Amino acid sequence: MFNSRRCFTTLLLKEIRRFTRVYSQTLLTPVMIAVLYLFVFGATLGQRISVVDGFSYVQFVTPGLILMGIINNAFSNTSSSLFMSRHLGSIADLLVLPLSACQIVAAYCLAAMLRGMLVGTAVGLIARIFTPLPWSHPFLAALMALLASFLFALLGLIAGLFANSFDGLSMYINFVLLPLIFLGGVFYPVSILPPLWQKLSLCNPLLYLLDGFRHALLGFGELELALSFGLSLAGALVLFGVAVYLIEHSPRFRP
Amino acid sequence: MTAALDIVDLCKHFGSQLVVDHLSFRVEAGEIFGLLGPNGAGKSTTINMIAGGCRIGSGAIRVFGQPVLRSARRSRAARCQLGVIHQELIADPFFTIHQALQLQPGFYGTRLDPHWYAHIIERLALTPYLHKPVNHLSGGTKRRFMLAKALIHKPALLILDEPSAGVDLELRHSLWQFIRDVNRSGTTVLLTTHYLEEAEQMCQRVAILKQGRLVALDATERLKQQIQQRQLHVSLSRPLLAIPPALMPWQPQLSSGGRALQLRLPAETSVCLLLTQLQQLGLDISDFDTSGPTLEDVFLHLTRDAASAKTTGAPHVQ
Repeated sequence: MFNSRRCFTTLLLKEIRRFTRVYSQTLLTPVMIAVLYLFVFGATLGQRISVVDGFSYVQFVTPGLILMGIINNAFSNTSSSLFMSRHLGSIADLLVLPLSACQIVAAYCLAAMLRGMLVGTAVGLIARIFTPLPWSHPFLAALMALLASFLFALLGLIAGLFANSFDGLSMYINFVLLPLIFLGGVFYPVSILPPLWQKLSLCNPLLYLLDGFRHALLGFGELELALSFGLSLAGALVLFGVAVYLIEHSPRFRP
Repeated sequence: MTAALDIVDLCKHFGSQLVVDHLSFRVEAGEIFGLLGPNGAGKSTTINMIAGGCRIGSGAIRVFGQPVLRSARRSRAARCQLGVIHQELIADPFFTIHQALQLQPGFYGTRLDPHWYAHIIERLALTPYLHKPVNHLSGGTKRRFMLAKALIHKPALLILDEPSAGVDLELRHSLWQFIRDVNRSGTTVLLTTHYLEEAEQMCQRVAILKQGRLVALDATERLKQQIQQRQLHVSLSRPLLAIPPALMPWQPQLSSGGRALQLRLPAETSVCLLLTQLQQLGLDISDFDTSGPTLEDVFLHLTRDAASAKTTGAPHVQ
């Protein structure tokens, strides 16, 4: 008896197994990188830097490092999975399955979100060694983290669809993702920038996600929480629509 | 009775190139049907349109009465009935054979049948490789794994795109036997192949494509009867050093160091008269044999003449 939900859960399970099978590369390495950042900013440099009244620098930077782990890994999971299957030809196996475009996007994104959230949770737990966090709005923090992982999983899926080579894929990571992260206020508050750069920073979608997440964790944010949440949610919904449309109609996915 | 596969007026363009040109044919339930043609004839594109690997340009495809449409969601009922082996050896490096086969039925919305799983593994001799990653397998084992994967959810229509490409003779024959057994148990089979011997031995009917167009469709035996040509195989006591020019009309081929001569005989040629002529030419005949046309003769005849068939628009279809 055909069960549509089983098709979807099988693809989701396959995508989860794909990254858990190489966990040292997909989970341990990003956590290690975040821990090194925490060590540098927590145990060494951070004690000499003060950017926000009432919070140590390591407290300020920790939400950014958690979110960086989440979005980096959500993006990498979908982009590498889709690109590799196109590159190796195993996408032919996916194309013949009785799955809708919506189910394919959802399965890829949920697996990527899980990877991102596992990394983010590990970084959050390890950060407690370096500094206590107030966890002002834990439910909202989880929601913003999920939204960030969803949004960047979708971006990764679209990048995986459009990349024509490993070089092309790394271009998306190095010239789109990294600038968004580093200029999105992970390491500094946007308010310390000159006015022009502050205005430019407002075009960075990561700023809203990060500010909302920091607000939820620390009780401190530079933007309205409702604005951050609303814009992030709207962005995620639009990107979901775009991703489903591309999977359904793009000749890059199905010629 | 509902056809296993019904293709009507199917077309596909890649850019400005028409790769499948108003193709129509039916595959009846329970048969093994061959789709033949030279490289670039449109076989794989046709199979990809049936299986979902590429979108339908125009026309209609039905699998056991269920439509295959441009929308993947609305083609579910058709796709659930398909098992597909692609031409390329596809190896997902993240899974072992066992893990991949355990997952596969779920992709088609069904549960794994442990008895069927054990049967397939045993028949395809995959037991020693079950826990090896798929990308560590040899080409032949990968091909058997792909067949197992295509069958594990018990499809009603099995589509095989070059199923025995790149496998050795022994394995090829064991794959053919297995596919015949699968067919006998009720699965319809559509296959493309470059091995005309494979099509001749396996298929009840074949369709021959050339430049995206159907140039022949008939029962394999009837297609062979079209070629009014036999072959005369002559064994010679004394080796022949050069072919006499008088034999050229019969397209002679000399082998075995000049001791074996093969001639193509049109239907009206008398074997006795030709043998007499050979003796008059000084050939020392020790033995002779005649054979009928093969599917390869039909294939060469039709694909060579396809250009003229295209202009007349009259493929041999029954």
